[in-house]
Amino acid sequence: MTSIVEVESLTKVFAGGVTAVDDVSLQVGEGEFVTLLGPSGCGKTTILRIIAGFESPDRGRVLLGGRDVTDDPPYKRAVNTVFQDYALFPHMTVAQNVGYGLRIAGVPRADIGRQVEDALRMVELLDKIDSRPAQLSGGQRQRVALARAIIRRPKVLLLDEPLSALDVKLREAMQVELKHLHQRLGISFILVTHDQKEALVMSDRVVVIDRGRIVQCGSPAELYDRPATPYVASFVGTSNLVPAIIVASDANGVVAEAGGHRLWARLGSRRFAPGAHVLIAIRPEKVVTVPAGGVVPDAFNRIEARVIEHLFHGHGLRTEFDIGCVEPFMVDIQLPAALAEVGLAAPGASVTLAVDPANLTVFPADRQP
Amino acid sequence: MTLAARRRLAILGVLSPPLLWTLVFMFVPYAIMFTYSFYTRKFPTFVPDFQLGNYLALFADPQYYQVLLRTLKIATAVSISALLLAYPLAYFLAFKVRSASLRTMLYLAVIVPLWVSYLLRAYTWKTILGSEGVLNSFLVWIGILDEPTPLFLYNQLSMVLTLTYIFIPFMVMPIYAALEKIPRSLIDASKDLGVGRAQTFLLVTLPLSAPGVLAGLTLTFCLTFGDFVAPFLVGGPNGSMIANVVQSQFGTALNWPLGAALSIAMLVIVLTIVSIGDRLERAGRLDLG
Amino acid sequence: MTASAATPAGIASTRPARRRRPIDLPGRTLALASILVLAFLYLPIVVLVVFSFNDNTVTTLPLRGFTWGWYERLFANADMRAAIGNSFYVAGSATVLTLAIGVPAAFALDRAAFPGKAAFRRLVLLPLALPGIITGISMLNLFRVLGFNLSLETVILGHGTALVAIVVTQVYARLQRFNRRLEEASTDLGARPWQTFLYIVLPNIRAALIGSGLLTFTLSFDEIPVTFFLTGRDNTLPMYIYSTLRRGITPEINAIGTIIVVASLGIIILSVSLLRDPERRPAG
Repeated sequence: MTSIVEVESLTKVFAGGVTAVDDVSLQVGEGEFVTLLGPSGCGKTTILRIIAGFESPDRGRVLLGGRDVTDDPPYKRAVNTVFQDYALFPHMTVAQNVGYGLRIAGVPRADIGRQVEDALRMVELLDKIDSRPAQLSGGQRQRVALARAIIRRPKVLLLDEPLSALDVKLREAMQVELKHLHQRLGISFILVTHDQKEALVMSDRVVVIDRGRIVQCGSPAELYDRPATPYVASFVGTSNLVPAIIVASDANGVVAEAGGHRLWARLGSRRFAPGAHVLIAIRPEKVVTVPAGGVVPDAFNRIEARVIEHLFHGHGLRTEFDIGCVEPFMVDIQLPAALAEVGLAAPGASVTLAVDPANLTVFPADRQP
Repeated sequence: MTLAARRRLAILGVLSPPLLWTLVFMFVPYAIMFTYSFYTRKFPTFVPDFQLGNYLALFADPQYYQVLLRTLKIATAVSISALLLAYPLAYFLAFKVRSASLRTMLYLAVIVPLWVSYLLRAYTWKTILGSEGVLNSFLVWIGILDEPTPLFLYNQLSMVLTLTYIFIPFMVMPIYAALEKIPRSLIDASKDLGVGRAQTFLLVTLPLSAPGVLAGLTLTFCLTFGDFVAPFLVGGPNGSMIANVVQSQFGTALNWPLGAALSIAMLVIVLTIVSIGDRLERAGRLDLG
Repeated sequence: MTASAATPAGIASTRPARRRRPIDLPGRTLALASILVLAFLYLPIVVLVVFSFNDNTVTTLPLRGFTWGWYERLFANADMRAAIGNSFYVAGSATVLTLAIGVPAAFALDRAAFPGKAAFRRLVLLPLALPGIITGISMLNLFRVLGFNLSLETVILGHGTALVAIVVTQVYARLQRFNRRLEEASTDLGARPWQTFLYIVLPNIRAALIGSGLLTFTLSFDEIPVTFFLTGRDNTLPMYIYSTLRRGITPEINAIGTIIVVASLGIIILSVSLLRDPERRPAG
């Protein structure tokens, strides 16, 4: 896949010595939907702004379509941006906003009108063509911002937390719409967000960033099932991170001891020596509760736990258990029937938990999470 | 060209005209004036020299320092009177007028006199206070006075009155702006805690409006200090202020060096007041955000 | 009033007695004080207007009779008409000058960091609190050194210097509130810096430009201390009135004063209607 955007060894230090971006290299292919994911202040927005041309890197290069554009101002780059606060021009109508880029490019007026209508039709906002931004809702303004950015058919669309200002229901609907828009347009999208759910739903590839560095880069499934660090394990989805000590290790896996339990994990590419301190990541939905008098499935790890409390999540139930470690141990179960029909163990009651060794991921504990 | 270099060039382009202007028309003139203040007067003009005689005259010659003290006294009196009259009005506008359009109209009503010629507004006090003026004829008409009295005009009281009148709008504007910024929730909280109206005003409103008061006082004091029009119109023989003295040095007295020295002295006094005001404002600056 | 059938016997009617609103004495006093101060503000203006129509050479009560005479004398006065024309010329030019110098200065102060920025800022804003006489005298010295003759043009330069601070403060305050993302969006869409400035920035700071421009014009029209020291042969209106007052009071001055009051009102109404700021409209 040819790379349409490439950043090489990007470094940016802000006044005061804050290293926002630390030697980041990244490639985005044609038509790919890539998400930069990370908490506030991790540098993801800075990377986006460097690609757009609003910031200059202290070191490194930006290449668009193979050409070095590091010294090019934004108006010379074939990328367009959707801003977090939409940045619609308040003194212009929707039509004038959307057509602004074409007007600057010298496109004849009649053509501008037609293309503006097409763009607004694509984002389903044609009826608001003569309104002003102040008269629109948040979701509508976002569509205008989208239309304005795609009308010039850039090779890459940059989106800076475009959904963060919307409320939850609207956000979920827009995630799907953005995905469809991406498929229809066929151009590359680079999206920046701190919401891991968004990243999982929309992206072809997710790049997890922490403190200016890329921590892991891969498809949503890869990130979810094979996180590279405890940080990714707990940032993408939820994970229990259980501190443990390696007791024995062989070609197939390791046995670790935590909170009085012996846990067997099937190993990936890492090797651990006995005595090593580790963190074991276990996703709450991968743990099963063994009903009283039931049988623990073959080869599954067995954990005796005491109920702390139940948290009702509508579609599921999250229960916090005490397994002899410092942090509560979280278990999620789907509720096939109504909550009232599920027999809930009272707080303090003993419950047997079981988890498949393949669903344990072991990380060295001295690595920065 | 890198982005950074491009940006630096743009800044240079934008900055040059105002920078040049400031240099030529503000910095250089002050430098020239400063230099002149050391020259010696030699009829009919003056010669280059370096002597402190002009500055010494300011301190030694009663003719000059008395006027300076008088000016400071009047400036203080005007500032305080204007504050006392302007604050209630500003407070009324900010807190007691409910309707926003009425508030805008009343605020504009306060500002409108500012846009009417200063000279004319000062001049009308001359016509009001004079022996043949409105006040005298009114008092005679209704029988309080038997004949017109010259007491209303051509003294320091008439100057203070006139200047206070001129500067009330200058006071209202910053005080109103400061009062408007005070979040109502602070005042409600104070009342909610059982503090009475007067005390709420003294402990909450007044301190929070201090920046506006300070700005108004500084402006009024400095501009009154440097005024020569009011003394000319309503001041009379004993009513000249320091600016009139300076004015005559460049006029009939033809003593430019002395005029320059007096101007520098005025400049220093004004700058001192402004920096004191700035420092007080910064010391008491509160974030109401 | 009879108790309704539903009201149990023995229990009084539930209609509350009408509450007496207490008299808000401090509030009423404040209102009265404010009205008095406002009246005080307008007293001289009322006197001015009334006596401009009064058929008497001295401003005494009682009033003598209505006349247009002073206005007629006013318009017949060629010197006065010339002075008014000069004032328009000076005020107009000074306004253009302050905008041309002040807008870049405000931008530089808002966005750039450069050595000497604090000193530059102080110097530019100094004339706001500085008595005009000092600006006037300092520039007089400058022109003497440069060998310039005093004229309306030197007056324009003086006004520009004294009044540029007004434009700088207003435009700077507006720029501080300006959303930089709008400019980024514009460059992102392909606009060069001059296009961004023309199409995006200017329309949105329009209010500050108009407001400060009008204020500069008015202050220049009425300016005395700076003008006093920089005037050559041609007089501006305030200078003409000043020299007239030297010779004695004539009621034509009331007439011109009244005209200025009416014109100022007009300008204020104009500026209020023009000062609608697009970004200030509340979000939908």
